[in-house]
Amino acid sequence: MNFVKHFAHLLLSLAITVLVGGFLTAALVRLSPGFGVDEHELDPTRDVAALRAVQAARPEHDNFFAYSVRHTARLVRGDLGISRNWNRPVAGLLRERWPVTAQLMAVGILGGWALALAFALPGAVYPMRIWNAVAAGFSGLLLCVPSAALALLIFVYAGPVRAVMALAVFPRVFQYLQNVLSHAAAQPHVMAARARGIGPRRILLWHIVPVAAPQALALAGVSVSMAFGAAVAVEVICDFPGIGQLAWKAALARDLPLLVTLTMLVTLATQMTNALADMLSATRSEVRA
Amino acid sequence: MTRWSLRLRKLAWIFLALLFLAALFSDRIAGASYAHQFRDFPGAPMSWRFPLGTDALGRDRLARLLAATRISLLLAPAAALFSTALATLVGGLAGYCGGLLDRIAARAIDLMLSLPWIFLLIAARALLPLNVSPAASLLITFALLGALGWAAPARVIRAGVRDMRSSDFLLQARACGSCGFRLLLRQLAPNLKPVLLAQFWTSIPLFILSEANLALLGLGVSDPLPSWGNLLRELETDLTFNPGIVACLALMLVVLGCFKLLLPSASASLD
Repeated sequence: MNFVKHFAHLLLSLAITVLVGGFLTAALVRLSPGFGVDEHELDPTRDVAALRAVQAARPEHDNFFAYSVRHTARLVRGDLGISRNWNRPVAGLLRERWPVTAQLMAVGILGGWALALAFALPGAVYPMRIWNAVAAGFSGLLLCVPSAALALLIFVYAGPVRAVMALAVFPRVFQYLQNVLSHAAAQPHVMAARARGIGPRRILLWHIVPVAAPQALALAGVSVSMAFGAAVAVEVICDFPGIGQLAWKAALARDLPLLVTLTMLVTLATQMTNALADMLSATRSEVRA
Repeated sequence: MTRWSLRLRKLAWIFLALLFLAALFSDRIAGASYAHQFRDFPGAPMSWRFPLGTDALGRDRLARLLAATRISLLLAPAAALFSTALATLVGGLAGYCGGLLDRIAARAIDLMLSLPWIFLLIAARALLPLNVSPAASLLITFALLGALGWAAPARVIRAGVRDMRSSDFLLQARACGSCGFRLLLRQLAPNLKPVLLAQFWTSIPLFILSEANLALLGLGVSDPLPSWGNLLRELETDLTFNPGIVACLALMLVVLGCFKLLLPSASASLD
């Protein structure tokens, strides 16, 4: 029953986010400088009457509220609008580019988590100060390098540029994971298990991981957002035709309809991932209880 | 805090103070302005005259690095101060008032935090004019960082205020007749100080990194004003010919490392 209530609450909050996001999207597009200016209006050969006719022919010139409602309704129906810069439907642009970003993000999330687990798990089971210091130093070093600079360096020296994604996600995941695991390893039941002579592998799998799993699942949801952030830099620097590069080009060209639609979709995607992670985490906690 | 971690923190403070002084007097130390072009020496290698060499336009790389350091060390803390103030306002009011205001603030914080930070910056930067003077681009970049970076600190501050709202000392203060702004200023604010300081210190390296990322993507501070991000763009040239290019990355690593050492959580983990 609790699960159904939780699920309904999540769906409702997602729907509200989409609606509010859609409205804000419309507001930003409507209020942006140069909104609705037709290139015909710049034609010096047209007289005032002709210009007024061009302006009147556009539906966008009605009041702000009506425009925002219509824009939100269009978004809810799945019509993402037309990109000004490419003069193409946004949906088509996204369809072409999402596989590239999805692939990069998969490499980032899987690679980052694999690295984080490889560094954090041994430290949670064995009291190895040097190992923990090396891992903290490595992750700290990577945290201090801008992901775009890392991508640039690896790209210039013909290295594996997709590895940047993993290196960008790893330190952020590692820091949190290490805290969660060390907290779980310090629990009294783990100490009791150690005192009873239970082996480290069994302690890790049966006593530490189950305690840390709900928080790690929540972190998995957040790491999608981290990976997308890194993907923007990697796609721009290494010229991958993905959604991050599309957003960057839209920003440079001030293609606001495309940019705000992208922002809304990214918000929706990250909110959905977080909601999914929350649900899994809640289900797991309920099963354990 | 152990003696070792105290020493490291002290070293970090001394290094940052010295660097800040050097950055303040960059023109005297480097002997030239960051924008001055030595037209006979474009792309000069490292030498006694140009310790880090010159860039493709003949500008002294050391002068530019020190000027960029001055910008980062002045404006990143200013942006952090702004975002912490904004976070205190939002998080403090939400936590203190509770109810609908708290729920709206929580939803807004969640929404801001769910967006990838760099993506949010790119989108917001595009809404502002791109063809502005270098000084305006500098102010816009750091003001944007300050204006958008409030969500994470606001969540922590909100939680802190909510905890304090039901605390005994606040109850006693209320019972003694303290209310409104007096309660906020005399009771809540001093107890929130450690949280606010931690959020302020955490924001500085984040903003320095974000500025660098934005500048590397061409949306940060515009030429001829130098910033660490602008200087990092030179990494795409051949480093073997002029290793002075790496100086910016190295300095950035050390400075960010120092800021991380100054964080309260860092001291705890060092212990």
